[in-house]
Amino acid sequence: MTEAISVSGLVKTFGPTRALDGLDLTVRTGEVHGFLGPNGAGKSTTIRVLLGLLRADAGTTRLLDGDPWKDAVTLHRRLAYVPGDVTLWPTLSGGEVIDLLGRLRGGLNPTRRAELLERFELDPRKKGRAYSKGNRQKVALVAALASDVELLILDEPTSGLDPLMEAVFQECVQEERVQGRTVLLSSHILAEVEALCDRVSIIRAGRTVESGTLAELRHLTRTSISAELASAPNGLAALPGVHDLKVEGLRVHFDVDTDQLDAVLRQLTQAGVRSLASHPPTLEQLFLRHYEPEPSADPVVAR
Amino acid sequence: MSTVVSRPDPGTASAAREGAAVTGGFVGTGALVRLALRRDRVLLPGWIAGIVLLAVGSAAAAADLYSTVESRVASATAANNTTALVALYGRVYDPSSEGGISMVKTGGLGAVMIALLSIIVVVRHTRAEEESGRLELVGATVVGRYAPLTSALIVAIGTNAVLALLTAVGVAGAGMPMAGSFAFGLAWGGVGIAFAGIAATTAQVSSTARGATSLAAIVLGFVYVLRAVGDTAGPDGPTWMSWLSPIGWGQQFRPYSGDRWWVLLVLLGFAAVVVMGAFALVERRDIGAGLVADRLGPAGSTRLGSTLALAWRLHRGSLFGWTAAFAGLGLVLGNIAGNVGGFVDSPSAREMVAKLGGTDALTDAFISAEMGVMGLVASIYGIQAALRLRTEETGQRAEPLLAAAVSRTRWAWSHLAIAFGGPVLLVAATGAGAGLSHGASSGDMSRFGPVFASALLQVPAVWVLTGIVVLAFGAAPRLVATGWVALVVFLLLGQLGPLLELDQWAMDLSPYTHIPRFPAGDVDPVPLVWLVLIAAALVAAGLTAFRRRDITT
Repeated sequence: MTEAISVSGLVKTFGPTRALDGLDLTVRTGEVHGFLGPNGAGKSTTIRVLLGLLRADAGTTRLLDGDPWKDAVTLHRRLAYVPGDVTLWPTLSGGEVIDLLGRLRGGLNPTRRAELLERFELDPRKKGRAYSKGNRQKVALVAALASDVELLILDEPTSGLDPLMEAVFQECVQEERVQGRTVLLSSHILAEVEALCDRVSIIRAGRTVESGTLAELRHLTRTSISAELASAPNGLAALPGVHDLKVEGLRVHFDVDTDQLDAVLRQLTQAGVRSLASHPPTLEQLFLRHYEPEPSADPVVAR
Repeated sequence: MSTVVSRPDPGTASAAREGAAVTGGFVGTGALVRLALRRDRVLLPGWIAGIVLLAVGSAAAAADLYSTVESRVASATAANNTTALVALYGRVYDPSSEGGISMVKTGGLGAVMIALLSIIVVVRHTRAEEESGRLELVGATVVGRYAPLTSALIVAIGTNAVLALLTAVGVAGAGMPMAGSFAFGLAWGGVGIAFAGIAATTAQVSSTARGATSLAAIVLGFVYVLRAVGDTAGPDGPTWMSWLSPIGWGQQFRPYSGDRWWVLLVLLGFAAVVVMGAFALVERRDIGAGLVADRLGPAGSTRLGSTLALAWRLHRGSLFGWTAAFAGLGLVLGNIAGNVGGFVDSPSAREMVAKLGGTDALTDAFISAEMGVMGLVASIYGIQAALRLRTEETGQRAEPLLAAAVSRTRWAWSHLAIAFGGPVLLVAATGAGAGLSHGASSGDMSRFGPVFASALLQVPAVWVLTGIVVLAFGAAPRLVATGWVALVVFLLLGQLGPLLELDQWAMDLSPYTHIPRFPAGDVDPVPLVWLVLIAAALVAAGLTAFRRRDITT
């Protein structure tokens, strides 16, 4: 089994809304896979299909070599899930919920449970209704991380955690990776994705728009160039891969697709370069480009 | 809510601040009233229309049924001499009056429905909003501390006022005397407003909406029994107990039998006092908190290892409360049952009773009628316990369980075990209570068996109602409130079917129609077996549909 999750052509509709529209997702065994996309792109819907909570309308979905709908119960023994919105039973203490979920999954490592409670600084005696959002998430995280499972499915697990706890979470996921566990991590926190993920998939409007290692994706992004030239810029606008060109006399500002950088620089040096500043592509730009509402058919959109 | 940002000169600003200091606690009430009306635009007109139609329909039907004075006096005397009826609906204070006998049943039933409506409306816009955290969102805007409670009370009182007026006009239009009809409408409205006040208080005391509703419903049950004891007491008995009960006040208004208008002041005065108490409690507590502070729980659990253990943990508090209430009601009813014969004092009534088989037969009729009512109430427990499936699902608490190694069927059965087993426990408690107190008061403990059996015989009908909820939960989860609709329809078929002269097939739709009137009548096991089979089929169909559908929120 080299692929823990393989999804292709997944379609899920809710009445007139097409939440998933031919989504593809491949998570290799043993990797930490970032699952990204703007709000409402279909991340949680995909995860809920993978958990057998929703029934797919079309497409094939394999999870740990099983069918997530038909084999739900047996598959769930081998995975742990942290929902994005953790709601607890108001009258149960956090410790009781951790033990309950652990036992329903088929067992909990008591040493690991105690260690995680300490690292996350969570008081397990408080009642569900007394926890803050971050602490509710910690309850679900401890229950998941203390389970002895092959696959962790985490849906924005750190959205309520403070920076210290975020660091603890990252350590824990690194440890899971060392243990050879597979992690599907849906997140908006770019630093977290950059620090943890081997590969990422970016989805928008129910479709996968990009998938690969971060290095591969960086290659697809644009570099910002500001330059002062000796003579008027000539034919710069006509070059492929140049976006957002602004000319103020002899000064030019533009973005360029990273794989076209060479040709563009050659054009600039022909005009004579007096000063040059370039900003390498950041992950932010990568994500912003994909998160923007319209597909980037319009070449001037990139920021 | 939109705010206009402007820069007033300093003088106006400080004047505005002073004004805010005086009325600050109530700022935003108007906006919250509009929000509540927007949210309840289907619920409120639906309830109002249903209750008004119930009143108008029974008034129109009774106009034909009791057209002569003789027919009215005969029926009213018989009703007043039947303890079961008096315990359930109250007395007819003027047997000859047009409207007295006609509206007594509807008045009693409707008062309970209106009290429930008021409780639901007030809790829905106060504690339920607070518990869900939505009130925090609203409370951080320009909304005063008292605004949520005030707006909920305005909506509830307004609803009751509209209901009272429409009922009065509708019933008068159906042919009942004008003054009496207004007394009838105002008695309903007054009871509703009194319970709005009670719910306002329980919403402050309990930190959960479920707790606030249950507490108010327990008060409703308690004051209903208080007036049942008062109304059925002999001349030397505790008749004053009727005057301890808002439901009793509604009946002491005596519509069509003297129209004691001043009783409205008692109802409104009581409402004013409890509402002031609720506001005093608002002043003393933090948002989100009840009056009882949370204690720390255990750091872990070795027992909580299955979904059934979890369901038991979630249901047990409420089940214990219900069981205690049912046992208590059983003790009271068993005690009343022994006195049934004592009220037969008029010669004509004695003659009628003799024809029916003597006072023993009267006692048996009373027991089977009261157990029928307890069966209806136990159905409320069964329905709300089964509805927990849906609230767990929409509250996203089912999701982590179903994402563990728990099949949907096993998870559903964890709550259904309690939804089906709970009512059995409840009717057994009431049967045991009634059997013991009836046996003790009559000095004949052999009566325990029949009384206990009479209670247990209600179970199949209760299960059918729970089954309807399971079917809706599986096949049409958005329409899961069908269970309540079915209960109200069956209740009306049973209680008002004979009055409205419905055909037998219509009344046969209700499962309660098929429960043997034991010990007054014989037990035919065939309909009971059918009811159990129907309940089983409903559950099987519901769970099959649930296994195939999406988990929704």
